[in-house]
Amino acid sequence: MVLTTTDTTARPPRKSLLRENPSVLWFMGLLGLFTLIVSLLSEATGIGVISTSLVKILGMTLCLCLVALAMDVVWGYCGILSLGHFAFFGLGGYAIGMSLMYARTEIVVRDNLARGTIPPTETEVLDAVAAQIFGVVGSSELPLIWSFANSLPLQLAMVVLVPGLLALVFGWLAFRSRVTGVYLSILTQAMTLALSLYLFQNDTGLRGNNGLSGLQNIPGFLDVPQSVISMWFFWASALALGLGYLACAWVVSGKFGAVIQAIRDNEARVRFLGYNVEGYKLFVFTLTAVISGIAGALYYPQAGIINPAEVAPIASIYLAVWVAIGGRGRLYGAVIGAAAVSLLSSWLTGGGAPNIDLGFYRIVWTDWWLVLLGLGFVAVTLFFPKGIGGLFDYLVRKQS
Amino acid sequence: MAPVADAQTEAATLQDVLQEVSEIVANPSRAQVPRLLERLSAAELPGTAEFLRAFSEREVVQAADGRFFLSRENADQTLTLIDPDSGEEHGTVGTREVSQIRPNAGVRREINASLVQFELMDPDPARRRAALASAARSPDADQIPAIAAALKAEDNADIRARMERLLDLLNARFATDTAIRVDAIEGLRGDISTEARRVLNQLLQTRADFAQTLPEDANIALIRQPGEDISLIAAYAVLADADLVPPRPGRNAIRDALRANVVDGMVGGIPVHQLDTDERRLAAYRALEDNGTLAPLVTEADMQAAVDQYVFFDAYLEPDQGVTDAAREALDSTRTLIGLFQFASLTLDALSLASIFFLAAIGLAITFGVMRVINMAHGEFIMMGAYTGYVIQTLIPDYTLSLVVALPTAFVVTFAAGVMMERLVIRHLYTRPLETLLATFGISIALQQLAKNIFGTQARPLTAPDWLAGSVAFNDLVSISTLRVGIFFMALAFLLMLLFILNRTRLGLEVRAVTQNPGMAASMGINPGRINMLTFGLGSGIAGVAGVAIGMYAQVTSEMGANYIVQSFMTVVVGGVGSVFGTLAGAGLIGSLQKGIEWFNPTNTLAAQTYMVLFIILFIQFRPKGIIALKGRAAGD
Amino acid sequence: MSTLLEVDGISVTFDGFRAINNLSLSIGEPELRAVIGPNGAGKTTFMDIVTGKTRPDSGRVLWGERSVDLVRMSESQIANAGVGRKFQKPTVFEAQSVRSNLSMALKNKRGPLSVLRWSPTPDDEGRIQALAEEIGLSARLGHRAGDLSHGQKQWLEIGMLLAQDPRLLLVDEPAAGMTPAEREHTTDLLKRAARTRAVMVIEHDMEFIRRLDCRVTVLHEGTVLAEGSLDHVTKNQQVIDVYLGR
Repeated sequence: MVLTTTDTTARPPRKSLLRENPSVLWFMGLLGLFTLIVSLLSEATGIGVISTSLVKILGMTLCLCLVALAMDVVWGYCGILSLGHFAFFGLGGYAIGMSLMYARTEIVVRDNLARGTIPPTETEVLDAVAAQIFGVVGSSELPLIWSFANSLPLQLAMVVLVPGLLALVFGWLAFRSRVTGVYLSILTQAMTLALSLYLFQNDTGLRGNNGLSGLQNIPGFLDVPQSVISMWFFWASALALGLGYLACAWVVSGKFGAVIQAIRDNEARVRFLGYNVEGYKLFVFTLTAVISGIAGALYYPQAGIINPAEVAPIASIYLAVWVAIGGRGRLYGAVIGAAAVSLLSSWLTGGGAPNIDLGFYRIVWTDWWLVLLGLGFVAVTLFFPKGIGGLFDYLVRKQS
Repeated sequence: MAPVADAQTEAATLQDVLQEVSEIVANPSRAQVPRLLERLSAAELPGTAEFLRAFSEREVVQAADGRFFLSRENADQTLTLIDPDSGEEHGTVGTREVSQIRPNAGVRREINASLVQFELMDPDPARRRAALASAARSPDADQIPAIAAALKAEDNADIRARMERLLDLLNARFATDTAIRVDAIEGLRGDISTEARRVLNQLLQTRADFAQTLPEDANIALIRQPGEDISLIAAYAVLADADLVPPRPGRNAIRDALRANVVDGMVGGIPVHQLDTDERRLAAYRALEDNGTLAPLVTEADMQAAVDQYVFFDAYLEPDQGVTDAAREALDSTRTLIGLFQFASLTLDALSLASIFFLAAIGLAITFGVMRVINMAHGEFIMMGAYTGYVIQTLIPDYTLSLVVALPTAFVVTFAAGVMMERLVIRHLYTRPLETLLATFGISIALQQLAKNIFGTQARPLTAPDWLAGSVAFNDLVSISTLRVGIFFMALAFLLMLLFILNRTRLGLEVRAVTQNPGMAASMGINPGRINMLTFGLGSGIAGVAGVAIGMYAQVTSEMGANYIVQSFMTVVVGGVGSVFGTLAGAGLIGSLQKGIEWFNPTNTLAAQTYMVLFIILFIQFRPKGIIALKGRAAGD
Repeated sequence: MSTLLEVDGISVTFDGFRAINNLSLSIGEPELRAVIGPNGAGKTTFMDIVTGKTRPDSGRVLWGERSVDLVRMSESQIANAGVGRKFQKPTVFEAQSVRSNLSMALKNKRGPLSVLRWSPTPDDEGRIQALAEEIGLSARLGHRAGDLSHGQKQWLEIGMLLAQDPRLLLVDEPAAGMTPAEREHTTDLLKRAARTRAVMVIEHDMEFIRRLDCRVTVLHEGTVLAEGSLDHVTKNQQVIDVYLGR
């Protein structure tokens, strides 16, 4: 067993995280190699084989892998099938989006106002920014939740604080009343639904259906070409994924990992060992929510737009699907699942794949991809409960 | 009815009467026309009303032989003549062969007033009712005498009551005498119909006004204290609009004024680039004000002083205070009653929503309760039922018949789909409930996309038969569409049927046994596999039937199931798993809650849903096992 | 010998069925005590109440020198206060190694943050080795607990119980599924443990109880029927009636 992380405490006293988790080294190496190759092939820093839009897609995929990692820790290791982690992802996106949109609008507005004979007052700038951002929903006032939008550091703190606090409060309520299993899943789904309904409203201060847009423009770097900015975000995403992998590996290994896996398998027994199960669950739930928020904050500037549909309950279910296909309970499984399914999805639905003419029927992939995914997913659940990651186990066992 | 003057009139036909006064008919004048009307009313001949209507509509002609006819214009510029007595056609003539009679506006008003009277005196009660209804639609002061006269002759109690009420409505608005009006308003006390309340509210309409002293003759509704009932700025703006004071320059006006007075990059001695705060702009303005370039700035004190010279008030458009007082009292008297009826209406709405939730959730409750299986594809079974209904409706054009066929077919189709899914997928996952959730979700997205591929993305109609299309109205405030009543009874039927199956049949006994202890049930010769299969089929079948009902109520789209699935889960979880009554309670709670929240904030149903979900999350904190919870070891963990 | 646990008049009802009926008993430290009783006598429910799994409708469970009421504490708080429990069915974490099972049970700080930073000291490692020795699983420390035999799982659970270093051990049918030699070993182990702590054993096997050679409490219909030495209670007419049926 070289690649598994589940079986770590079997070895004599703990020496180092990397020794215990050989998969971490493998992963870091492959991630570094991948980053290097993409950099060398990109338009901005290489020979230009990979287009800027593809760099963005790859960068976004890395972010999806990061949120899948978080999902794997909370579900695969701790046994909480959360149908809310993509909502935390979206919240991170909204938090960064508010800052980006505000800053960019302010630049545009100041530009416009400076053309007048008299320089604008701060109030005038603020009013104009508000009118510009909220004109689409028929308002011209900056809502209270935008109070920190003019300060990047504060809003960056929000990326962590908003998902973290929501997870903390929700988790505390849910775990305290010992809601478990499918009930807990439904409860997290209810949370996600409430959040997306909240965001869909025009008068709750986040532009309702319109969402936040223009996020690909980074204030202060407006004259830097997108090809370069996309590389920055790609590198940042790769770094975040690497650090996230390390953090997750650290959490799921050692005694802490043993305890949360024990909670997954028999939480009542863990209680009788004297562990405060609720505290552990809350810790894992909140930590993974924060990781999801960070992933979202890196994803949406590359996507350029965020709207409430991104936060809808279905997105969180897809997240669970990725992790299940990749293989639960192994970190690299989550990464493989997220990368494979999301890349395949954008290839097939983006018109990249050739349609198949059967003579009597033409298979159009945009129409049939979801059918394929749905049925494929059923097959994975039925026949390969360990997912793609299970294949690695099989290969490794065959070798030894 | 007024007594008839000329006793010698014994004319047999309307034409005879008309010929007697042919001068007046041919050249009707305001002064002469009452005589014609008197004659007509004295003769009491059939067809009088039609004749008068035609007369007023300028559709009466005089033929060359002097006889009068009603006429109908044809497309080819000819006129069809109609005999006023028999109502039969009397041939076609060119427009120039007859003289068309064109009574003027004054004459027509006379005729119309009398027409109401004729119709109200019609021997056929149905026509009298119709006349009353048409009079109520276009209330007019002229109708008052006619209705009053008709009321005296009326012997049908129901029509009398209607007449009295219409008279009250008219008198309240149009009577000239205060006492009569107040009396009429008293008569409307306690009347909750929209018409009555509209009349009363009309009487209480106000306009905002101001004056230096409170006018003696105005009927004051409210005196607005500046700073309290009206903001100082708004009050000042009112005065400014009336050109009584100079307008107060706002921030933009100040900026524009400064902009217009830039001299050599300076305004009032301050460099332009420094004018980026309100204080400096104000200073610049003051400087310009001092040298007389700009009108003085209006300060708060200025505004206060100006506003203090005036009183601001709302006055009733109706000058008579007695009338407005009575109207207000009459409206107040109905307030409690209206509140009660609105509550009743809300309850009906909630009940109807609850029955929809119940229908959508009960199938889920059965599968969840008996098998502990979360079926995420439940919503797609609802959709499947709805599409079955749609397909059958395209095959059988008769809506009633197609509905009768669709309900059992939808059940069979979704029952089969449910059984297939249980055999192929769920059976293998009984020990892994969380994975059932995911596998059924996979089926759900596949089914949804399949439906999109087959039926397209646009909504398909599933039309309810006519007898379900109307609505049942109890009064102006409480009414409900027949379809919703139908859905309510359908939910009730399902409830009774399920209770019967579960409590009175062998299948029900076995289902309960498997619910409580599958191992024990199996050892007693019950085949849990068969029970699970049947239960799953039953739950899915009910979803299909619910789909037909929901499809008629909403629209048939591939996403319709997804819209109900989360609510259905909430219903089951809130109600308590494994209990039909629990689901009923859950549906009732969620339905009334949603309607209740919507009532407080009717414009924003999204907000209502948000709050509802939040409430449910909190609710589960306190009752994690739902309203009706199974207790003891059987409940399991 | 001072009183460690005093159960004072507890009652609990499930859906109208009175599982525990005004039950009072106490155990000292150190002491070895056997609890016997026919099926449905409330033995397991009694343990559930002491360990916080079930909340009684009335009564108190007083613990330790300061007589804190366990009824108001959560399962994990009770376990940390020094109550260890072994279940009737062996419940170990099958997906994890024997070492990991033992290391989780070791008496260390239990908070998430200290567990996250925890790494085994030589002392901890020594204890794990010693425990493994004691339960005969030294050679299998690295194996998955799920791969152990039924008896070995029983042993592992007893090992985990000892690793917790509790003041009171509640042991539910420890000898089920063990070979005679293993039973003997178990008896020795329990007796040795009872030298320094309170041990309460629920058992059906009279032979096993006889070998424990301790005070016996007989439960019936949720209340104490008799208490004393095994010979004393087996002579009690009521006990004979209950066991043989009337």
